[in-house]
Amino acid sequence: MIRLDNLTKVFDTPKGAVTAADHISMEVPSGEICILLGPSGCGKTTTLKMINRIVRPTSGKVFINGEDTTSLDTQDLRRNIGYVIQQIGLFPNMTIEENITVVPKLLGWDKAKYRERAREMMRMIALEPDAFLKRYPSELSGGQQQRIGVARALAADPPVMLMDEPFGAIDPINRAVIQDEFLKMQQDLKKTIMFVSHDIDEAIKMGDRIAIFRAGKLVQYSEPDELLAAPKNDFVESFLGEDRALKRLNLVKVRDLASDEIGLVRPDDTLETALKRIEEYGYQNSIVMVNDKRQPVGIINAAVARTTKGHCRDHFQSVPVVVSLDDDLRKVASLMFANDMTWVACVDNDGRIVGQITQRAITHHLGSRYRTHSRDQATLDAAASLSPADKE
Amino acid sequence: MPTLNLSGAMRLLVLVAVFVAGVWSQSSGVIDDFIFYIPDIQYLAVQHLWLTAISGSLAIIVAIPLGTLLSRPSMEKVAESAMQVLNVGTTIPTLAVLALSMSFLGIGTVPAVFGLFVATLLPITRNTYTGLKGVSPALKEAAAGIGMSPTQRLLRVELPNALYVIFAGIRTALAINVGTVPLAFLIGAGGLGELIFTGIDLYDPVMMLSGAIPTALLAIVVDMLIAVSAFLLVPRGVNPSRA
Repeated sequence: MIRLDNLTKVFDTPKGAVTAADHISMEVPSGEICILLGPSGCGKTTTLKMINRIVRPTSGKVFINGEDTTSLDTQDLRRNIGYVIQQIGLFPNMTIEENITVVPKLLGWDKAKYRERAREMMRMIALEPDAFLKRYPSELSGGQQQRIGVARALAADPPVMLMDEPFGAIDPINRAVIQDEFLKMQQDLKKTIMFVSHDIDEAIKMGDRIAIFRAGKLVQYSEPDELLAAPKNDFVESFLGEDRALKRLNLVKVRDLASDEIGLVRPDDTLETALKRIEEYGYQNSIVMVNDKRQPVGIINAAVARTTKGHCRDHFQSVPVVVSLDDDLRKVASLMFANDMTWVACVDNDGRIVGQITQRAITHHLGSRYRTHSRDQATLDAAASLSPADKE
Repeated sequence: MPTLNLSGAMRLLVLVAVFVAGVWSQSSGVIDDFIFYIPDIQYLAVQHLWLTAISGSLAIIVAIPLGTLLSRPSMEKVAESAMQVLNVGTTIPTLAVLALSMSFLGIGTVPAVFGLFVATLLPITRNTYTGLKGVSPALKEAAAGIGMSPTQRLLRVELPNALYVIFAGIRTALAINVGTVPLAFLIGAGGLGELIFTGIDLYDPVMMLSGAIPTALLAIVVDMLIAVSAFLLVPRGVNPSRA
């Protein structure tokens, strides 16, 4: 758990005092990733760096796991916080192994232990220990270097990690891969992470919570879906972009919106039955045909059913488009648009049909959440404007 | 394969030239004249190297800590002006430095070592300072961020990463040093300058060359030694010659 209590940084510049972070108070629960998001110069990096005192706070306190860090020795504090920076900052004079074991060595681990730890870290980031440990950073690609950067930060198993735009310098394809790998690691590691980003899509993908900064102030601190559904003011709204409703598609799983009502036909059914079901369920073009295990084998076209007689098994076409319950809505929407469909069948892990998801359900979900939230928020804002107290 | 032919022809030409030079020097008796000076060359070369070794190591011992000190963030305000002073110092001709040190310290080895020390000090200090200043801020931040103390940062991150530049400074400085030692003869410290200057005074080119050629060879050897130690001592990851 990381808690910031009225953390403030004022820089003295030749042009006068500049407040880079203004009374930032927030809390990141244990095991969650909190993304600090905002335009350049909004104070997100300053806030992050005050936690490990790369930037010394002017006032305010930082609590880690309930402990006030003010009294801790700076070196001790930093050795117990993993730190990943955008420029990666691997030490070019050291081998990969030396880089990873830097913090364990500083903490005085014995040799056998930290060497084993280096191998363990390499396996965790999916790089072959024997092939890489003795190499130097300059011999690795950017993506591999940043994986090592993450491994170095995790080597001493700190409870808390600070990441300053860690994947910002990596090309988009590799970035997506590393983000996925990192999220997978995080599922097991459950670190408490503060993560600076200026990329809204990265924030939505990685964050359990998102803190939006502007001009040194924390503007909104919410879960991603909440943030997209109910931006607090015009700044947040414009920062999230016009397409923020579409961005929410990433956050919702098929499982959340699927309905178990779906019209199906079996190979033995007649085309007449198929046509009846198509009309009954309001499908426009077609209906899915399943086998005995409820696995989809094809579709019956409405036009065919109308003009032909016979059994479904003789007149089905192609394998239908299906989505898994764990897919996100973005994929569903994309499939719907590409195939000109208003509904898609959903399958479970065994490929059996369990229901359907409709375009109507998706638009309704996005729309209704947004409407209720903006109404709630308006009430809240009105209440807040009456009392001067800071409601974060 | 025209390139191969060309290099083959060049090689042949060089061989012929060396052969002709050998024939000429043998017939004119120059080789015997040189052989006459060999004992002098041996004695003076050792003296020469001693002057270089003492003044050079003193300079390294002083310059690296000095450059390091100037590169610390706490020295930021004075560092640039101090480097300016050193830069101005570099422009003073070595002969003038030797003459000045003679007027304070008399003649002999001590003022010569001092003069050479001053001439050698500057390039090493400058390269140490520049090398340490050139270490990427990201590296320093990473080192600080993972919890290294300032000393650990300096010894484990900054110095190893600046080492290649520091060695380049040492290399330049010692090459200058070896080439300057002949001047030390003028304030009575000996060295191969004895043969060079006496040869000039006596209009004896062979004597002059038996000082000058070994001086040049020594400079090359010292330069190579430093290059080899740089190759061996600078960590592989930051050593361009071992990339």
